[in-house]
Amino acid sequence: MITRTDLSLATYCLRLGDDALVMSHRFGEWVTYAPQIEEDVALANIGLDLLGQARALLTRSGELAAGDGPAATEDDLAYWRDERAFTNVHLVEQPRGDFADVTVRLLWFAAYQHALYAALTDHPDPTLGGVAAKAVKEVAYHLDHATQWVLRLGDGTAESHRRAQDAVAAVAPYVDELFTDDELVTDLADAGLAVLPSSLRAGVQSVVTAVLLQATLTPVTPTWHARGGRAGVHSESMGPMLAVMQHLARSHPGASW
Amino acid sequence: MTTATLDDVRRVVADVPDPELPFVTLGDLGVVRDVQWHGDTVLVTLTPTYSGCPATEVIARHVVEAVTGLGLAAEVRTVLAPAWTTDWITERGLKALRDNGIAPPHQGSVSVTLGRHVPSCPRCGSSGTEEVSRFGASACTALWRCRSCGEPFDHVRPL
Repeated sequence: MITRTDLSLATYCLRLGDDALVMSHRFGEWVTYAPQIEEDVALANIGLDLLGQARALLTRSGELAAGDGPAATEDDLAYWRDERAFTNVHLVEQPRGDFADVTVRLLWFAAYQHALYAALTDHPDPTLGGVAAKAVKEVAYHLDHATQWVLRLGDGTAESHRRAQDAVAAVAPYVDELFTDDELVTDLADAGLAVLPSSLRAGVQSVVTAVLLQATLTPVTPTWHARGGRAGVHSESMGPMLAVMQHLARSHPGASW
Repeated sequence: MTTATLDDVRRVVADVPDPELPFVTLGDLGVVRDVQWHGDTVLVTLTPTYSGCPATEVIARHVVEAVTGLGLAAEVRTVLAPAWTTDWITERGLKALRDNGIAPPHQGSVSVTLGRHVPSCPRCGSSGTEEVSRFGASACTALWRCRSCGEPFDHVRPL
């Protein structure tokens, strides 16, 4: 017997897992493109941490949605869902951009994940609580890494400052979606089973704003907001990204190392 | 018919080397949570070090092989909570890291706000070291350099 709460919690795990999975794939795309080899390694390692979170969260989502029946595995969910079934926010699916783009995007995302996982550490679901307790410490490194680079780029040369400021403006429309509540998450939060995204907004914003100001960058108020990722409505870049991510599994079903 | 006991199992599981840092064992790392009978099978509970650590699956395979070597069937289960921390690495493990040129994590310092801790050089012992990159050759290490002897070295990041 699968309860409505189990299904909601399955969707909640899927959302967090999809955010981590898609962001992880975008970070993997940076390998050999970063400005220095240490950054190739750093971005790949951050992607690896995110992949670890995604694997546990997708596995748990599959279990919760299955009840006593056969569960969809992490691979089923990662490789065999189509675009409309992915529940990640638009922020994580945006194309690679330049190094300032990925750095500023990571600053927002790591600050968000850090606040989120800190609040989920005591979650009654052992997997969700366990992922959060482990990830919060890893994400602290991601946040620190993004912070160091935003400071260097923003307070660096005229060119790095200009590109960092452009990146701050480019990411701005994608921030609000991280902090948008809907019925599912509100119901779960009422039951003590989710963190209300809107409750994280002020804290995350103040962390990011402090870094931007110290980096001599100007926070940007966007004129529009990305919407719809949680409901499976994605931006143009999502489809091509999925085509690459899912190609091997779909063209060679059952392939293994 | 095997006569191996759970204590024998605990011993061989604890002696399985880490695939990336083979001079430390699973026992040194503190990742073996539990060893129990589950019917005719030995159920070994492990906790992963880092969420994305690619070694996790290799470790599980090696554990099954080690227990199978005693003539027993084994199954590995992974448990996340409570989360592993570098504080669980034993004294022997810390020494093995240092002896093999890797600066061990400092202990008792796990926090979500990162302190700036400076590891001493595992080769010459100098405290005049600097971080080259926060992320290193594996998921658990950062790359550092010693200003005294000039050698680069890996540092296991505290978690």
